[in-house]
Amino acid sequence: MNTELFKRVDFQLDASYDIGRPSTTYWQDVWRRLNKNKLSILGLIIISFVAIAAIAGPFFTAYSYSDQNLQIANQSPSAVHWFGTDNLGRDLLTRVLYGARISLSIGIVASMSTMIIGVLYGGIAGLSGGRVDTIMMRIIDIVWSIPFLLYVILLMVVLQPGLMNIFIALTLVYWMPMARLVRGQILSLRELEYVLAAKLVGASSWRIIIKHLIPNSFGPILITATLTIPEAIFSEAFLSYIGLGVSAPMASWGVLASEGATSLRSYPFQLFFPAAAICITMLSFNFIGDGLRDALDPRMRK
Amino acid sequence: MLQYVSKRALSMVLVLYIVITATFLLMHSIPGGPFTTEKQLTPEVLRNINARYHLDDPLWKQYIDYMGNILKFDLGPSFKYQDRTVNNIIADGFPVSIQLGTFAVLLAVPFGISAGILASLRHNRPLDYIVMSSSTLGISIPSFILASFLIYFFAFKIKLFPAAMWNGFSYMILPGISLAALPMAVVARLTRSGMLEVLSQDFIRTAKAKGVGKGLIIYRHALKNSLIPVVTYVGPMTAGILTGSFVVESIFNIPGLGRYFVTSIYNRDYTVILGITIFYSALIVIFNFLVDIAYVFLDPRISLDKKGDS
Repeated sequence: MNTELFKRVDFQLDASYDIGRPSTTYWQDVWRRLNKNKLSILGLIIISFVAIAAIAGPFFTAYSYSDQNLQIANQSPSAVHWFGTDNLGRDLLTRVLYGARISLSIGIVASMSTMIIGVLYGGIAGLSGGRVDTIMMRIIDIVWSIPFLLYVILLMVVLQPGLMNIFIALTLVYWMPMARLVRGQILSLRELEYVLAAKLVGASSWRIIIKHLIPNSFGPILITATLTIPEAIFSEAFLSYIGLGVSAPMASWGVLASEGATSLRSYPFQLFFPAAAICITMLSFNFIGDGLRDALDPRMRK
Repeated sequence: MLQYVSKRALSMVLVLYIVITATFLLMHSIPGGPFTTEKQLTPEVLRNINARYHLDDPLWKQYIDYMGNILKFDLGPSFKYQDRTVNNIIADGFPVSIQLGTFAVLLAVPFGISAGILASLRHNRPLDYIVMSSSTLGISIPSFILASFLIYFFAFKIKLFPAAMWNGFSYMILPGISLAALPMAVVARLTRSGMLEVLSQDFIRTAKAKGVGKGLIIYRHALKNSLIPVVTYVGPMTAGILTGSFVVESIFNIPGLGRYFVTSIYNRDYTVILGITIFYSALIVIFNFLVDIAYVFLDPRISLDKKGDS
């Protein structure tokens, strides 16, 4: 028997905290669920690749998007011109890369601006309630009764084709889904117990808006904003197809596809590359949007 | 019920009035007027043209005249084609568009619903994944790109269908598919999620326990309840097929209203743009009104006198 056996074990307070997992925040949890969704991750990777190609790509091609050279017109894809050339001898790869800049920026700018306007409008309507809310929502109801694309077309006819006007026309129309969504979110969130509790302990309405209402409606806002991007890219391509797109020699994917479609029989590759770019990008954004929806609201998961 | 219908009808008229006024003002706010782009018109000619189309009247008078004509279902003359009115153009193009649109709906709805049912019955199995991924594809491929590829493969490569024009049923197939792809994908998704939700409910289990056959359960218990979300999609689907017809008719060179609309945009033929827009708006607003009313009959859970917030 010796005292050795009864020596006190080295006790560490810190170690007791290691029991259990580290707590994850809501957004870490969302990210973990999103990570499990292979298609969304694939979409993210593709979009990042397209974005990098759009930003950096044009620096690495030897051609300009507007240089015409009729001697090499309508060449098939080759080692020199990877995507071939168009009917004016312009390098199609360069034009698709520049088109990526235009189409992606249309999608992102439209998504951002509709988000800002939609959140403000929907937030004001939802928070004011009563008559202000009714009038603000009636306005949306009336505009909503006609296809959005018809408005965009009309606005473009009035504003005349051009990149800036496409931004304006898309923003003027596509903020409405966001406004409806935000208003609905605010209406349901502000009735919840924790908002009541916050009111009880004397939080100001600004604090409630900034600390409770906005963070809690951020998920659906993010989903809608993500899905607005392909919608805007699609609308722009549609406008280009009916002659209301960006003006030459600039070219979005929509313009390139509609140019390619005119020589479909002889030079299908001129349609193929821009069309593939549009489809892959829209598909990726839809994958990301779907994945976000599942990740943000696990109860909805089927 | 009558009160609900009349209330909806009243708001429909209001919406139409606002839409017509807004489009009218929008079209008349284009700087320079419709004839400034024409080359070298002498002032006298311009003055005559303006007098012919009453463009020299003050705006409020033009507006009142236009509204009066609309009440008589007269949408005015075309600026571009002297001998044609907007009514002529609609009478020419609309029957064609209706045929094509109906064909697209007949493709989209039955195939979409069947695909959705199959996917829900094989939930999380290969067939489900195939249906879901092809429907995501259908949502992501714009109709004009699909149309071009269909032409390339089925008209140029294997010469199965004609690439353009409008001369009978075989001319309808490729444009019909191009228009139907998106709504078909959406209908399949809606049916699938509706079915999955209903299939997990208690009354299905009860029916199974009673020994009801599988087909009967799917048809009578599950499908009927899961189709309600599909009915709400009818409105957006009409709108989608309508806007889709602009490019699809242009690509396939089909003499429908959508192609005339796109041509009038190319020509900057403002009265035709204005007239067709108003016609489309009226069509969609009336259609949505009918769908709303049908919806009340279909879903007994909807109460008629709910306060109107959507």
